[in-house]
Amino acid sequence: MNTQSNPMTESLASAVAAPTPMLATRPFYWSVRRELWENRSIYLAPLGVAAVFLFGFLISAIHLPGKMRAMSLIDPAQQRELIAMPYDIVAGLMMFLTMLVNVFYCADALYGERRDRSILFWKSLPVSDLTTVLAKASIPLVVVPLVAWAIAVGVQWLMLLLSSAVLLGSGLSVSALWTQLSFFRMSLLLLYHLLTAHTLWPAPIYCWLLLVSGWARRATLLWAVLPVVAIAGLEAIVFHTWYFVTLVGARLIGSAPERNFPSPDIFPTNPMTHITPGHFLGSPSLWIGLALSAAFLAGAVRLRRYQGPI
Amino acid sequence: MTVIEARSLRKSFGTTVALDGVNLHVEEGRILGLIGPNGAGKSTALNAILGLTQYHGELRVLGRDPWTERDQLTRDVCFIADVAVLPRWMRVSQALDYVEGVHPRFDRAKAEGFLAKTDIKRPSKVRELSKGMVTQLHLALVMAIDAKLLVLDEPTLGLDILYRKQFYDSLLNDYFDRSRTIVVTTHQVEDVQHVLTDLMFINRGRIVLSCSMEEFESRYLEVTVRPEQLAEARALKPIHERQVIGRSILLFDLKSNRVDRQQLAAVGEVRTPGIADLFVALMGNHTSQPQGLSQ
Repeated sequence: MNTQSNPMTESLASAVAAPTPMLATRPFYWSVRRELWENRSIYLAPLGVAAVFLFGFLISAIHLPGKMRAMSLIDPAQQRELIAMPYDIVAGLMMFLTMLVNVFYCADALYGERRDRSILFWKSLPVSDLTTVLAKASIPLVVVPLVAWAIAVGVQWLMLLLSSAVLLGSGLSVSALWTQLSFFRMSLLLLYHLLTAHTLWPAPIYCWLLLVSGWARRATLLWAVLPVVAIAGLEAIVFHTWYFVTLVGARLIGSAPERNFPSPDIFPTNPMTHITPGHFLGSPSLWIGLALSAAFLAGAVRLRRYQGPI
Repeated sequence: MTVIEARSLRKSFGTTVALDGVNLHVEEGRILGLIGPNGAGKSTALNAILGLTQYHGELRVLGRDPWTERDQLTRDVCFIADVAVLPRWMRVSQALDYVEGVHPRFDRAKAEGFLAKTDIKRPSKVRELSKGMVTQLHLALVMAIDAKLLVLDEPTLGLDILYRKQFYDSLLNDYFDRSRTIVVTTHQVEDVQHVLTDLMFINRGRIVLSCSMEEFESRYLEVTVRPEQLAEARALKPIHERQVIGRSILLFDLKSNRVDRQQLAAVGEVRTPGIADLFVALMGNHTSQPQGLSQ
């Protein structure tokens, strides 16, 4: 019996082949790509909602010429509001979807890979825990808001073209539509609003969810909510206030303190919105939130180091 | 070059001791089989080597501490932890893209070459592949990585004999050479008997046997004894005796029993025992029921 024969002959064959050279790699880029492969809802959910909305808009476009004729009689400010309404609805839908997608993504991000044991595959490759967690955090903090923005702008653009075509088809002027909307400014304001109110402001909530998803062995959302309920309950009993819940709720839905968005009664993409990035970036509560986010992420990196499949 | 060096490696989970002072020394170019019953500490030992778990004692893999220097080690150490760890949503093409994108030593052409020999299609998702095909895919990915150490933890569990045979054949023919080292744990020991260069039995966190396959073959012999010579054979102090369809098969340890091949040939038919039989013989004294050792 010769157990050595196979390995010995084969070593000759492989000795001829040159060693593989070290190739340049992009672990962060590919880690983000793989999140998008796995979580297609990141773009499918807003795309689906956008498609349904566009379909509805298409049907309502039949009445557009009539509405525009009636509208020419009322004053310009009201006109603007009426014309912009469907565009604001799109923007609002995308803000809501950003929150929804982020919450569900974060609650599963570091939990799913442990549950399906694929963490053993990911950990067998030279991608550090830090890279992995940062790639996962970049989904709610960069990718989702940008995707939502791109889809919102795309849908609004299609709506504008569609409305113009309908109006021109019925022999009406499109000037009211184009002058009242100030499309470019509206898009920039939406981007600003998504990145501040729906990303930086609720960042600690998303990072907290990531941390819990890396720790909990089941029911991540429940574990994430439990401490909030506990603190709120304690506060209600001891101080008879609801400060904490209000705080968390405001962060989640992206309603920043009034001085950051001085006119809460007008929609953030309204061209009259007076934005004050200085105020927003200078507010201590923003930075306290971001510091908390960083701490939660550091905790998530550390947890991933120790955690295996469940 | 020493690939793995462990001295009095310890690890316990609560009151359960998983590793109880394990010493390990693996040189480059070896294929070590780590054999033991369920819960013997095999996976814990592998996890420590891979830097997936903390431990007490001294451990060096390729000269590095696997827990504190894991990020550097992952370039040179590869592992297949289980049959089913490839993410089920992933497409074959995505798996190739991803590993190519993150691993500096991955040779995509090689992996494509291995896949060309299988029925695996690029657009298929892992969930659509059979268990055997998933293993083929994982092996194709891992074999295309120019790693110094490959760790396999039950790589063929649940596969039929054809896939198992193919698995070890490709490993030996297309991957292994003198500059690589493989550590494998498995319960399907007869599959690896002719693959291994070194053998290690582990039980209750302790090493029970550690030898090269040459030593194994020169040290242990199995004799199928003719009934009329049974008493004579038993006098030579076998370490284990079993009955197979009316015949007695006795296992001898030539080193400690001070018997030689001639003496044994005189009482029956002599051959090299299977690893499984030696395992049962040695573990029988240590555990009441050596479980999990298949066939």
